[in-house]
Amino acid sequence: MTTTIAPPPRQAPPAAPRRARKRGESAAVRTLVSPLALASRRGKTVYWTVFGLVLFLFALAFLFPVYWMITGAFKSPDELNSNPPTLAPEHWHPGNYGDAWNLMQLPDHLWNTVVQAAGAWLLQLVFCTAAAYALSKLKPVFGKVILGAILATLMVPAQALVIPKYLTVADLPFIHTSLLNNPAGIWLPAVANAFNLYLLKRFFDQIPRDVMEAAEIDGAGKLRQLWSILLPMSRPVLGVVSIFALVAVWQDFLWPLMVFSAAPDNQPISVALVQLSQDVPQTDLIGAMVIASVPMVVMFLVFQRHIIAGISAGSTKG
Amino acid sequence: MKTAQAPARSAAAPPLKEGPRPAGRPTAPRRPLSRRLTDQARAYAFLLGGLICFALFSWYPAIRAVIIAFQKYIPGSSPEWVGTANFTHVFHDPEFAAAWRNTFYFTLLALLIGFLVPFVTALVLNEMRHMKSFFRVVVYLPVMIPPVVSALLWKWFYDPGAGLFNEALRFLHLPTSNWTNGTSTALVSIVLVSTWANMGGTVLIYLAALQGIPGELYEAAELDGASILQRVRHVTIPQTRFIMLMLMLLQIIATMQVFTEPFVITGGGPQDSTVTVLYLIYKYAFQYNNFGGACALSVMLLVMLGLFSAAYLRLTRTDD
Repeated sequence: MTTTIAPPPRQAPPAAPRRARKRGESAAVRTLVSPLALASRRGKTVYWTVFGLVLFLFALAFLFPVYWMITGAFKSPDELNSNPPTLAPEHWHPGNYGDAWNLMQLPDHLWNTVVQAAGAWLLQLVFCTAAAYALSKLKPVFGKVILGAILATLMVPAQALVIPKYLTVADLPFIHTSLLNNPAGIWLPAVANAFNLYLLKRFFDQIPRDVMEAAEIDGAGKLRQLWSILLPMSRPVLGVVSIFALVAVWQDFLWPLMVFSAAPDNQPISVALVQLSQDVPQTDLIGAMVIASVPMVVMFLVFQRHIIAGISAGSTKG
Repeated sequence: MKTAQAPARSAAAPPLKEGPRPAGRPTAPRRPLSRRLTDQARAYAFLLGGLICFALFSWYPAIRAVIIAFQKYIPGSSPEWVGTANFTHVFHDPEFAAAWRNTFYFTLLALLIGFLVPFVTALVLNEMRHMKSFFRVVVYLPVMIPPVVSALLWKWFYDPGAGLFNEALRFLHLPTSNWTNGTSTALVSIVLVSTWANMGGTVLIYLAALQGIPGELYEAAELDGASILQRVRHVTIPQTRFIMLMLMLLQIIATMQVFTEPFVITGGGPQDSTVTVLYLIYKYAFQYNNFGGACALSVMLLVMLGLFSAAYLRLTRTDD
């Protein structure tokens, strides 16, 4: 996931620069190829040829592998290894999915993943929002220093620190408890997410102080101001942070591999898939792969508009 | 609460955006000390949870990496200082050179393939007048598939026997390949997987950048008789150079930390041809039980990545 979340998206509530986008849908924006060239008969032929080619290549590159995975899990082991392969299963074996479900204890591992992702999401929302609120509106002394120290962690790529982080989680300083084999080992480190905290703080900064002061005059305490004023105004950024938080935990591999190395029953699905991949029939493994992908893909299809807009917004810098 | 401290509003309508506060408004320093202390206490109460987590899981590990790099560290027993022994040990490990070579080679390939392919894709997609959102969803779909699943899926495709790729090559009467089983092709194969799995985000960002290019520039270039390729060269590339550079740095940072694909697909083989630095760190810690060596490696990786990150942050900063 690290790859291309890109620069901290400028979380201004989508306003002015969106205009061009909307029109683009109906081909009014001038791009590389001039609309004039496209209007001619030759232009139209070339366009539709290229369009067909692109459509074909996209389907081949991005949809076909997924199709192959889904149908592969419907084939019998013999058919899966047949030469040449069959494009669609000759005999459908939906039982493979059921076998994968039971053999690899997918309900348990899916549940583990849900617990880990939900906890990380909730703690991140609570602690990151509270901290971002304090840094943005409450003016703590040393607030600048703290923000600087938080932002500095963006420069230190997380993966390079997994070993000392692992040793810390294995033996917490002062209280000497271990969070290994425990969902808290996923939850608490997830809170230390400078990217999401910064997104929230940047958004809170844009909410005028006067709104908060008006609430204060009406007798609202700080917590009340956060809960009843700031949060309802921050729905868009809370959505983005929620999606990032959920996806990050669901997709992570190295960290849960370390945290749950001694407790196979508590492993999330990503780790379990790899650990069990050698011991189950290929058809079952592929079925399990499909099942593991479903939640995130469904979430993406449901929220695609927001997710894609969020990613694109990251780069509209003139 | 609301009586004495309520800030007296100036008669002028308050500015919508938070600007410099108007002079004469009673602000924090005028409040009595006890009041300010409770304010601060409250602010820190809000900060506390986040601060503890950052301290424990970000700041402390960063310091600790440097400390353990100079120690012989066995969990459960007290560490001993060993000077630079970990570094010399790691330097003399034949896998060390292989891991760095692979990581750099991987990054280079990922830049060539993972940089060019998304750019061209975005360029072509931007010219499409139909099914735009369909293309966007499809190109981003693999990003949403868990990386472990992508890795296992491609591992199956790469199977030299019944794998999809060799079957397709045989069908087209082309020579088959060993893919991840050959020392010379393994790393390239892994780059292909990670490009497929990750290019969606890059394409979307490029697309947004392309849409920000004013159409007049293309019109002017066309009037000057520039061909399509010339327009790409003299309009598109200069206009998106900043974002290209930024994504390139991000990609370097991301690919230098690659772990899942080699771990799942090749296990670092054949003959260490896909061992990356992060993989080696993992091996030192969990196979050789040498945490000192792992931290020494981490510090080296950290310094290397820190340089790229600093460049990245500097770029994004100047833009603000």
